[in-house]
Amino acid sequence: MTSPDALLKIRNLVVAFDAFHAIDGLDLTLQEQEVRFVIGPNGAGKTTLIDSITNLVRPTSGSIMFAGEELVGRSEHAIVRSGIGRTFQKPSVFDELTVIENVDIAASFRLPFRSLLKRRKGISDEVAEILGSVNLAAQQDNLAGSLSHGQKQWLEVAMVLVQRPRLLLLDEPVAGMTEKERLHTGELVTKIAQEGTTVLVIEHDMDFVRRFAHKVTVMHEGKILTEGTVAEVQMDETVREVYLGRPRDARGAAEEVPA
Amino acid sequence: MTTLAKLLPSRTPTPSAFLVRFALMAVTLLLIAPAVLSDFRLSLLAKFLCFAIIAIGIGLAWGQGGMLVLGQGLFFGLGGYCMGMHMKIVDAGPGNLPDILTYSGKYDALPALWKPFSSAWFAVPMAILLPMAIAALLGAAVFRQRVRGAYFAILSQAMAAAFVIVIIGNNALTGGTNGLTNFQSFFGLSVIDAADQRILYFMVVIVLLLVFLGTRQLVLGRYGRLLIAARDDEDRVRFLGYDPARIKLIAYVLAAGMAGLAGALFVPVVGIISPALLGIVPSIEMVIWVALGGRTALAWAAAGAVIVNWAKTSISEQFPSGWLYLQGLLFVVVILFLPKGIGGAVDNLRRLAAGRRPTLRGGRPKAPRRGVPAPAPAGRAGEDIA
Repeated sequence: MTSPDALLKIRNLVVAFDAFHAIDGLDLTLQEQEVRFVIGPNGAGKTTLIDSITNLVRPTSGSIMFAGEELVGRSEHAIVRSGIGRTFQKPSVFDELTVIENVDIAASFRLPFRSLLKRRKGISDEVAEILGSVNLAAQQDNLAGSLSHGQKQWLEVAMVLVQRPRLLLLDEPVAGMTEKERLHTGELVTKIAQEGTTVLVIEHDMDFVRRFAHKVTVMHEGKILTEGTVAEVQMDETVREVYLGRPRDARGAAEEVPA
Repeated sequence: MTTLAKLLPSRTPTPSAFLVRFALMAVTLLLIAPAVLSDFRLSLLAKFLCFAIIAIGIGLAWGQGGMLVLGQGLFFGLGGYCMGMHMKIVDAGPGNLPDILTYSGKYDALPALWKPFSSAWFAVPMAILLPMAIAALLGAAVFRQRVRGAYFAILSQAMAAAFVIVIIGNNALTGGTNGLTNFQSFFGLSVIDAADQRILYFMVVIVLLLVFLGTRQLVLGRYGRLLIAARDDEDRVRFLGYDPARIKLIAYVLAAGMAGLAGALFVPVVGIISPALLGIVPSIEMVIWVALGGRTALAWAAAGAVIVNWAKTSISEQFPSGWLYLQGLLFVVVILFLPKGIGGAVDNLRRLAAGRRPTLRGGRPKAPRRGVPAPAPAGRAGEDIA
């Protein structure tokens, strides 16, 4: 598992809420330019994994190495500045700012403070291109609060893309999206990866996973259950057991696979 | 859009519309007011415009940045005392003790605290820099610890209360509850002479207009967008790679500097600085001006200070004890019906006139709180493990 050019190396990660271990001794390695899907039943600790990489929750113990540097103990904004971007399950944009302002402040995060005091002048090609790629160019001067749920998700993706992260963490990017939007998102993720970004996608929608995933990691009860291609994982006995073995989880799995 | 809609000021004017409006305001303050108001009324207006400078700071920190600064009296007082000490020393003349220091009989020479204030080059910058420095120390500790909301408000208020206690407790040095008063001159101007008071008025107007323009520039820039972002969802700002503590600190420190500057101007205009002007009650009143005027627009915040104080003076002249009740009533009315103050009501009128629906929504959407691993896992951090 260890490799010299691993971008993200998580070792023996534990996240405990009192006695409950949301993440329980997890090891995960992501290579540069890899696209990895993480699946698992409800409560497997998928979101907590992303939260602990970005220090939204503090790991109880373990190590998260990103590009050779330890992330555990660093502040949220320092982690973002080191090149990690993320989205949230519930789209989080700034409702009282316009669409373009949302993207602009995201794009400006490496500017020296002196430039932050100035007003935005026009729209850079980069911002325009990203707004176009998420189909929000027509809404750029609207308040973000007026967007639909799906559009807010797009805006959030645009905000993280414009920062050009080395590692992109997507938490259920297609939740609540229409079939067409899902397809577009999948294509966007593929394109981002081809341009050299490493992507970690947490996804419930098995249809989406089947269509766009190459390598899949299955989490269960805070641990990695198995890793492999979609086909391998689907054939895996333990995975079937986890999803279908017990009534509660079977129900969860049924919900996750749209009819 | 109907003509009525065009006449009413809008929240986001075009640059030329802003220039026209700003010029109108400058002409009113610099030409019309001095022409039509008596000396007494004009010096009252000068006092209110000092308050308007504080209000712009509150508009920045609270309206844009979401920090309920309930203790601006502290910074106003620091600025006032810095200037007051300097004026006292100058009034006493070289080698003499200011009258305030002779009452206790404890001092034969200027005490160490007073000595540097003999120099205007020290006293005037200190009136602004000292409040800013204290705000920076306080803010750095508080914002890094992610203290916000009511806790921040209570903390800032406690600081104002503590300052009053320190001043009263050291009355030999500070003049105690009486404060510093009986001033004669301010940089060669007589503070009693009507003509010199007019010059002071113009000084205050020019400072106010400059502070307004500078703050407006800041708010319209990227920093202003970030400040609003940090107000609405501080945690989200972190995941854009910014430290919200720094963003908020800047606005807080600037607001403190403005309050200090206002205090430094207030002393020559009004001729007194005392604990009664900067404790808990005055600090709350400062926030009320901004709430009534409209916290989300700097110009309305400043107007709130003038409107409320003008009303206070006029009504107190007719009904000496009536103001306090009316102020309470006004505050309740504003909270219930005009959550964005007079400025918000004017905005709504404009919308109505333009045939759009008014928004009564006063507050901003409540920011979801993230990343708190609660014992019973809840919210975003816990969604996966619930």
